[in-house]
Amino acid sequence: MSILVIAEHDNAELKGATLNTIAAAKAVGGDIAVLVAGAGCAAVAEAAAKVDGVSKVLLADNAAYEHQLAENVAKLVADLGKDYSHILAPATTTGKNMLPRAAALLDVQPISDIVSVESADTFKRPIYAGNVIATVQSSDAVKVISVRTTGFDAVAAEGGSAAVESVGIADDAAVSSFVGEELAKSDRPELTAASVVISGGRGMQNGDNFEMLYKLADKLGAAVGASRAAVDAGFVPNDMQVGQTGKIVAPDLYIAVGISGAIQHLAGMKDSKVIVAINKDEEAPIFSVADYGLVADLFEAVPELEAKL
Amino acid sequence: MKVLVAVKRVVDYNVKVRPKADGTDVDTANVKMSINPFCEIAVEEAVRLKEKGVVSEIVAVSMGSKQCQEQIRTALALGADRGILVETDAELQPLAVAKCLKAIVDKEEPQMVILGKQSIDGDNNQTGQMLGALTGMGQGTFASEVAVDGDAVKVTREIDGGLQTVELKLPAIVTTDLRLNEPRYASLPNIMKAKKKPLDTTSPDELGVDITPRTKTLKVEPPAERQAGVKVADVAELVEKLKNEAKVI
Repeated sequence: MSILVIAEHDNAELKGATLNTIAAAKAVGGDIAVLVAGAGCAAVAEAAAKVDGVSKVLLADNAAYEHQLAENVAKLVADLGKDYSHILAPATTTGKNMLPRAAALLDVQPISDIVSVESADTFKRPIYAGNVIATVQSSDAVKVISVRTTGFDAVAAEGGSAAVESVGIADDAAVSSFVGEELAKSDRPELTAASVVISGGRGMQNGDNFEMLYKLADKLGAAVGASRAAVDAGFVPNDMQVGQTGKIVAPDLYIAVGISGAIQHLAGMKDSKVIVAINKDEEAPIFSVADYGLVADLFEAVPELEAKL
Repeated sequence: MKVLVAVKRVVDYNVKVRPKADGTDVDTANVKMSINPFCEIAVEEAVRLKEKGVVSEIVAVSMGSKQCQEQIRTALALGADRGILVETDAELQPLAVAKCLKAIVDKEEPQMVILGKQSIDGDNNQTGQMLGALTGMGQGTFASEVAVDGDAVKVTREIDGGLQTVELKLPAIVTTDLRLNEPRYASLPNIMKAKKKPLDTTSPDELGVDITPRTKTLKVEPPAERQAGVKVADVAELVEKLKNEAKVI
């Protein structure tokens, strides 16, 4: 078995999601090669070469791959990937954007968002917003798979010593171009990688009140998330959304503040180790999954909690 | 220009589905079915582009059993001009759907294809991207803003760190995210009018597409149930439990 893992990066650093994806590749078993496609991304390839369990790093350093436009990267992945038994990418927005395109070029039905590897051709994945777990078996020659990063513990970022090979392919499909981006800035840990996540919902009433959660988060070294209701109401930007259509998190501690607990939201956080709910409505569905529930007004409970830590 | 919109019939998003006792499939008997919410947003976006005078014709396509006609009629009531049903009772996986769509794109030659970013049953998030590969068109996935400008379209995409804008040459593929728009409700007169709009039926065979499934579902099961925990009396007790019992802070 030979596995190609597509690295998640921003041309400067290797993202943690790659380490979880390599863990899934290890569960499949076989030689693991990592593809770093970008521009000016040699440092990322060096970092990937040090990752435990990686036997080879392929570096495709070309202007065509700078913003990892799906049209260009998918072609590269399909060209390189046909010689592998498995192609894995993290189920991030970059992975979800590119991987199905590569699969179609290979005439393969991809498997999205796997949470476990049962065997080299059989995988488990959630469907219906996480209300059902399906075990699926692929009959395709190349298995193209996106990996739900919270389903696999990251491998060590150090300990490997793979060789880095340059890839000469430089395809520019010339049907798309990057115009610009607007990234939310934050000093707090990344939502999907944080060990503690505090999320606010409609109960926060407005964006200013999220300041309370930020203060609590800073004390706990936590990331701050939100429910779709809070995002739709304009309290916070949408990259903070936790749920089926937002980010999937599984931290050690998840604190839901003023969140009722709709199916959509639960799909994004119910694999957290410990769930705490603070809500004044004792009938809120969130209490049916919370390990510790506090029925209280969040405007009193949150500052008190912060003071007691 | 002409726009093709793909719509899917799925279990209504308010329904909590359960696997059948024998674990072969999800129990969908007597369950309320609806148009997939992301597909509804796709229809709405096409209709708005038509209202702006950018789009001249909207073709709604669905695939699956005869009942998918209902979802096409919904799209017609929301403002699509005509419908195409690719009828089959066989299981359709995203690769097969993308291939059928490719065949329809070849015939209809739309300038834009709008799809939802994912269906809320399979949660695959694949079809639009795969259609992009098969047609060679550029793709603007997870769109929260779409602006047509001459022979190109600017798409603002929701990505993990925030927003990204890409420009695609037309014809292009767009898949919708939730914040792209707020779909309208179909009025009764429009629902009546929709009944008279043309709806053609074809099949994967007629389109020359092999829809043989590539993956097999061996089992479906409920996820590990999470037990409800305890209610604590106050913040002090919560802190104490988190420190000493759960040991997470």
